[in-house]
Amino acid sequence: MGDSLAFATRAAAAASPTSASRPANLRLTRRGLLGTGLTIAFALSPLGRKVWAQGGEQPSLRAIEGQVEGGDTGDAFQGFAPGGFVRIDPAGKISLLIPNIEMGQGIHTAEAMLIAEELEVGLDQVTVLPAPPDEALYKQPLLQSQTTGGSTSIRSTWVPLREAGAAARTMLIQAAAQRWGLDPAELLAARGVVSTPDGARSATYAELVEDAAKLPIPTDVPLKDPARFTLIGTPAPRVEGREKTDGTAVFGIDVRVDGMRIATVSACPIFGGKLGSVDEAAARAVPGVRDVVKLDNAVAVTGDHYWAARQGVDALSIQWQEGPNAGLDTDALFADLKAASETGKPILAKEEGQAQAAFDAAPKKVEAVYQLPFLAHATMEPINCLVHVREGECEIWCGTQVPTAAQASAAKILNLPPEKVILHNQLIGGGFGRRLEADYVAQAVEIARQVDYPVKVVWSREEDFAHDLYRPAYYDRIAAGLGEDGMPLAWIDHVTGGSVLGSYLPTGLPDGTLDSDAVEGAAEPPYGFPALLVDWVRKDPPVPVSWWRGVGPTHNIFVVESFMDEVALAAGKDPVEYRTALLARNLRAAGVLKLAADKAGWDPAAAKVAGEGRGVALHLSFGSYIAVILDVAVTPEGAVQLKRAVAAVDCGHVVNPDTIRAQVEGGLLFGLSAALYNGITVENGRVVQTSFDEYGQLRMNESIPVEVHIVPSTEEPGGMGETATVSAAPALGNAIFAATGKRLRSLPFVPQLSAGS
Amino acid sequence: MIDLSINGERHSVDVPEDMPLLWVLRDVLGLTGTKFGCGVTQCGACTVHVDGQAIRSCVTPASTVVGSEVVTIEGVGATDPGGRVQAAWLEHQVVQCGYCQSGQIMSASALLAANPAPDDAAIDEAMSGNICRCGTYPRIRAAIKTAAKA
Repeated sequence: MGDSLAFATRAAAAASPTSASRPANLRLTRRGLLGTGLTIAFALSPLGRKVWAQGGEQPSLRAIEGQVEGGDTGDAFQGFAPGGFVRIDPAGKISLLIPNIEMGQGIHTAEAMLIAEELEVGLDQVTVLPAPPDEALYKQPLLQSQTTGGSTSIRSTWVPLREAGAAARTMLIQAAAQRWGLDPAELLAARGVVSTPDGARSATYAELVEDAAKLPIPTDVPLKDPARFTLIGTPAPRVEGREKTDGTAVFGIDVRVDGMRIATVSACPIFGGKLGSVDEAAARAVPGVRDVVKLDNAVAVTGDHYWAARQGVDALSIQWQEGPNAGLDTDALFADLKAASETGKPILAKEEGQAQAAFDAAPKKVEAVYQLPFLAHATMEPINCLVHVREGECEIWCGTQVPTAAQASAAKILNLPPEKVILHNQLIGGGFGRRLEADYVAQAVEIARQVDYPVKVVWSREEDFAHDLYRPAYYDRIAAGLGEDGMPLAWIDHVTGGSVLGSYLPTGLPDGTLDSDAVEGAAEPPYGFPALLVDWVRKDPPVPVSWWRGVGPTHNIFVVESFMDEVALAAGKDPVEYRTALLARNLRAAGVLKLAADKAGWDPAAAKVAGEGRGVALHLSFGSYIAVILDVAVTPEGAVQLKRAVAAVDCGHVVNPDTIRAQVEGGLLFGLSAALYNGITVENGRVVQTSFDEYGQLRMNESIPVEVHIVPSTEEPGGMGETATVSAAPALGNAIFAATGKRLRSLPFVPQLSAGS
Repeated sequence: MIDLSINGERHSVDVPEDMPLLWVLRDVLGLTGTKFGCGVTQCGACTVHVDGQAIRSCVTPASTVVGSEVVTIEGVGATDPGGRVQAAWLEHQVVQCGYCQSGQIMSASALLAANPAPDDAAIDEAMSGNICRCGTYPRIRAAIKTAAKA
């Protein structure tokens, strides 16, 4: 499949990401007994064996205590706890600890379904909790860390979480069999009850907890035949859906603890700048202001509420040491990229055949330059983090995609062992990659260590835009050499941009080393090209960069799929027919393309309507195949109206079809919002965009339904959180070309159309 | 002291006259269902009802709603359109990250209170001030239509 997983985490440091063939097998290890609760390690990774209950301190479990009614996952837990994911207390309360964090993608529901399917309980019978930071228990095999990102969650947990549920069920059945003197093979489990087939005898899981906890660990936990799934594959409602409609859901920004103050921050608006001096007298005079806290590159004001802190920050008079980037602007950044592309030393990513020679000899050549802007994440929930630094320990409440990295960051600042940093992960109000960074946790810890009360740091929206870590800008030169029949003889893609991986890894990425993210989506096209050359010139900008929804493919597929239409045009072929001809050996890709084309009624012979057009994009990303066909109208003034969107998806086994649909609908609209409107620009070393009016958003009046067609499949599951976002820009650009004849090779589109270019 | 009526309950709060209602709700009264998104009326996450009208609490000084009835996401389920809207939200499984949804539901409830059978244009007009970064708009539209029929 060649699924290059261009992703790693700070916690993973130098560990190289592995390919996504099959998650590591479950490991079961009996390590100890605690009270009545048998405890075994049940980890996602073969390296992740962990004694988490030898009777001593268990900070990772204590971390959840108090956040949950009854504290049933804390140290005091007495009951059946076969591994890190399932806990059943003597009263029968079933808690599932979900290793990936919920930020809208539906993972709490999907991963609970994997466990519940084999545990033989309904989602209505379980309480879902976020796993505490614990690499040993929750490190996932694809990213080699406890991280939620890169559309890896289901790919990583598809086998281990089912095995966790199956092991627990097996032990509960065994306990009943012993009690009744029956063969466990004769017993059934359903809805949290073990019974004989005739129903003559039955026992609830609650009644079996104590006995099950004394049993040896099963060495073999066969999984259900997927044909017998009753929960997996059904459109189960979200486990956190109700609380998100009645206002009771608690996001990081909503956490309140006794004695807490609120802080807000002004950090140096110039990249790399530092705090010079600050006159804080006026801020201290604001009613409700408590403290003014100085950091290396920022000033924070704490107060009784955000309003006091906000007014306090606004009243500060700050002198910045602007540093070397004070003159930076977007034009210069792109000029640097262009120069690097043309004169820099490329790192080879993929070479098949003699691509350059084949291109040089080709009777017809097509070449183009594509540019992509910096992008902000602009999550709806502004950056926030609540920290209480106490003597010898620290407690943190925030939403993070990297709980262990956040914990480690705080521990390093405070010179504490990581287990003395208790981190309570929260629902995230939009991640899109932003909360793969722990910068805001570090900043909040730096503030909290200077005060003697818990402090919740909340950024303004303006601060959020100014101090994001942005999707890098790119400058790509792409070319194809075509034969007399119009089909490609050679495909050459020269990528230039900064290294996200190099920025993200604490060790950096050595010069000359390929960042697989930079070329992901370019280096493994679904198409059969006789010769292929993909390389990358690294040009790190003086702008902080990080992961953004869709990561490498969001960048590269825009270039590849836009250019594919350019090549088809040069060949005089229909875009769908041309792609199909290149997919003879890729039946899953051809399948989604045909399905989307059929559902959309793609017709090369259809009469052209002035100002209207239809565009297609196809790709394989994160282990999932998707084709999107988009219809648009473009007004003479350059306004783009979305008319219709059809998506066909082959993501292998479907866990929850409704959340897959939701991710395709929302992910596509998210990508369209960016493709239409979004670009972060820089002037005088500062980000220009300060809020949503300058970073335009798709709104209700512009949005359209997305028709989603899912291919039934028994292949390994692929990721679905990002793939439709990847499709958006190329499908839209191709549709705009069809409508207007204008090939737009840079993003975003609307400013170019409305400028009349 | 500022006297407020929120979800039918009386509250007296000792806050500055110009303090936006949003921060009184969230940081003084602990009603955190109402969200902070931008602070400048561009996103709608902070939407609440004042005497039945959808307003942006991030720029509405609390002192200006004295004598009015304030309803937030925590109380809207007890109102007639509000309860139907929440039920429709669940029926259509609207939410993703969920952060904007309090504001979306408050805008939708105010719309249905004023216009029991809104057409697409009316939905666009009432809802286009509420940003959803997750892109749940198609389901929001469908849920509003379901709630209108309920």
